[in-house]
Amino acid sequence: MEFFHDVKVDWLGKKWYFLAFSMIFSVAGVISMAWHIHTIGSPVPLGVDFRGGTQVEVQFNQRPDLNQIRQAINDTGISDAEISTFGEAANNEVLIGLPEQTNESALDTGRQQIENALRAHYTSNFTVRSVQVVGPTVGHQLERQAALATLYSLLGMLVYLWFRFQLIYGVAAVVACFHDTLITVGAFALTNQEISLTVIAAILTLVGYSMNDTIVVFDRIRENLRMSRREPLPDLVNRSINQTLSRTVLTSGLTFLTVLSLFIFGGQVLKGFSFALVVGILIGTYSSIAVAAPMLVAYQEWRAGKGKNVSLPAAKRTRA
Amino acid sequence: MKKDLKNKIALIVVVLLAFLYGIFGVPSGLTPKDLLQSVRNRIHLGLDLQGGAHLILQVQVQEAVSAETDNTVQDITQNLQKSNLSFSQVYKPDPKRPDVIQVLGASPSQANSVESLLDGTRYANEYDVSNGANGTYTLTMKPIYERDLEQRTVQQAIETIRDRVDALGVTEPQIAPYGLGANQILVELPGVSDLDQVERIMRETARLEIHAVIGGPFPSREAALASMGGAVPPDQEIMPASGAMAGAGSGNDTFYVLQRLAIVAGSDFRSATPGTNPNTGQRDVNFTLTDAAGDKFWNYTSANVGKSMAVVMGGTVREVATIQSAIRDSGEITGSFSQDEVMMLSKLLRTGALPATLTYIDENTVGATLGADSIRAGVTAAIVGVLLVWAFMLVYYKWSGVNADLALFLNLVILLGFMGFSKATLTLPGIAGVILTIGMGVDSNVLIFERIREEIRAGKAPSAAVDQGFAHAWVTILDTHVTTIVSAAILFLFGTGPVKGFATTLTFGLAANLFTAVYVSRVIFDAHLSKLEPGKMVSI
Repeated sequence: MEFFHDVKVDWLGKKWYFLAFSMIFSVAGVISMAWHIHTIGSPVPLGVDFRGGTQVEVQFNQRPDLNQIRQAINDTGISDAEISTFGEAANNEVLIGLPEQTNESALDTGRQQIENALRAHYTSNFTVRSVQVVGPTVGHQLERQAALATLYSLLGMLVYLWFRFQLIYGVAAVVACFHDTLITVGAFALTNQEISLTVIAAILTLVGYSMNDTIVVFDRIRENLRMSRREPLPDLVNRSINQTLSRTVLTSGLTFLTVLSLFIFGGQVLKGFSFALVVGILIGTYSSIAVAAPMLVAYQEWRAGKGKNVSLPAAKRTRA
Repeated sequence: MKKDLKNKIALIVVVLLAFLYGIFGVPSGLTPKDLLQSVRNRIHLGLDLQGGAHLILQVQVQEAVSAETDNTVQDITQNLQKSNLSFSQVYKPDPKRPDVIQVLGASPSQANSVESLLDGTRYANEYDVSNGANGTYTLTMKPIYERDLEQRTVQQAIETIRDRVDALGVTEPQIAPYGLGANQILVELPGVSDLDQVERIMRETARLEIHAVIGGPFPSREAALASMGGAVPPDQEIMPASGAMAGAGSGNDTFYVLQRLAIVAGSDFRSATPGTNPNTGQRDVNFTLTDAAGDKFWNYTSANVGKSMAVVMGGTVREVATIQSAIRDSGEITGSFSQDEVMMLSKLLRTGALPATLTYIDENTVGATLGADSIRAGVTAAIVGVLLVWAFMLVYYKWSGVNADLALFLNLVILLGFMGFSKATLTLPGIAGVILTIGMGVDSNVLIFERIREEIRAGKAPSAAVDQGFAHAWVTILDTHVTTIVSAAILFLFGTGPVKGFATTLTFGLAANLFTAVYVSRVIFDAHLSKLEPGKMVSI
């Protein structure tokens, strides 16, 4: 069985369409992020682990009445609780959130009040499934941490690719990764989903994954360059993409299958995580063909335009 | 079959068995239940899967600094008095700077003696001394000493918490410095979901102390203040008695004036056991003191028979007793304690006191039911994912698909076996990492197989095609794995808890993949090729 046999697509000829496509999604994401900054003060809705605050997940034995819960909690003097159903309706789960408590010594009082209020009203007809109380210090520590981790991993890969290929390969791959990250985060902004620590983990994985796809194409370009130096670069890059297309689509398809299974069966806790992967794998596959490779060619053409030699990035081959 | 090939197959079987042992250990039986139990013994589940509490505590280290400078203030005062050096005051001028001490109004004629006293080894190791006008000397704690003191404080807090948690009977708690912020402690308690209970025992910074009573009881703070002429001398303090204390009516607060420095405190207690006083039927705590503290206590009590002592815990007077006779190293504290309080008190006494207050900056609990649901969801997703990938590889690559599926199976065995051997923790994102490993792991097989197909199309013979396919794909596989492992490693270094679990499984999974997809898969191909009739093609 074979899906792709001897494909001859002129990918680079479509680069303007690709650019338009990428721009539309990036810009839509950026606009949405700007809107969020305007309304909630951060580019994407943040999970409680970044935002700080209290979040109690409660499962009731019977279908809960949100108004009653609100009333019970209001009675304790808490007026700013956010109460919403969580997950599938049949699970009777409710999420109760409180905004960040700035007084660190009183961090836990909100949770205690909520639990006491529920106990008074529902006696034992509910279970507290999980509690998360995050003080302002920890939230900001994590924010910085996540940003640093993403930055360092991009940097680490840039250096590796520089060492294994050439600087421009690294730059093109990192730009493609950045493009993927931007669009994935944009998707969270557009669909108004919260970014939590696990979502950051998913995004970092995507950085690695998208890099994989790009490297497979680059590797083929490097190999082809070594063998046919006379072929015009755009043709050679097209050929390389076509040769690896089968692998690219298969791998992405298979990884996509597993991630989709995670999205469908993995439960509420991993929803954001698997959503990031579902979006990111599609975008990551697209970007290695539509962003990284055209960028490589554009750079070489720009060098040629300036009268410099086209630098042939055929590094030495290491054999297994 | 060649001998070389046989050796390779033997190696693979050994690896398979070794990692199967990693997963199961030696199971007590072969029923699914026994096997499941043995897996549970080997593979550690994270808090998000088995349920439990996760806390991050901030140690208020400035309290320890303040306590240290308090001691020094007392010490300097005593030494100056002992040497008959005149001064007007030794105090800490700025409440926001617990590390600064000032000596005021030292007589200029005695400047040399004062300076040599302050510059002596007793203080010079800890403080930078500078002198100003009018016989003023300023002692500032050396930053290096202060940092050291803070670290010791955090370490001591960790040990105390560990003792208390052990007393709670929590299995495999994790208590460690938390790397993200200064002076923070991470506490993970598997299987504990009642936060209130945990907090009661952990937050109880209450040092148990015995102080000399100078005056009291007074009905109000003002009355206590008035008894001292309106100002509290630096070596004394006013302390409220808890409402439940005998003699104090409920709701009516009572106040005592106490000597500020305790006679015995915190770590001076060697052991304590709860009991009941046979005469009064009141609950009490029997304590023993350490040898050094016993001597101190003996000296004090023998010199002060007939005077009163106050038992202070958590900033309130719990009990006031008259010294009947000299006590050396054991005694009992009788008071209006509740059963819980007596248990708590003796537990706290046994474990020593926290060196400083702890504040909570993060807490997180997962109930056992949510954990069980997460396991079910994660395992379902993993099984569905594996089956889909297996089915696809079989359909698309036929017999070579079997090869890939075997490699993938071994990949999973090695990954899980690794988790068992290394005592790494499996979290829910960790299960996601396993699932992702399946998807990304099969990538190596696809790369190789596609390459082999290309070589076959180019007209190569089966063994040459396989050889070339592996050789060409290897370069790419190495690059892709290194970059992914780089990002996973960074995630491991920066992540916490569940995210760390994800990075762990992803890294192990990909490392194992290098072995299974390249080495194992190659051996299977070689075994197949060695039996292939001339002229036939590999099924791919």
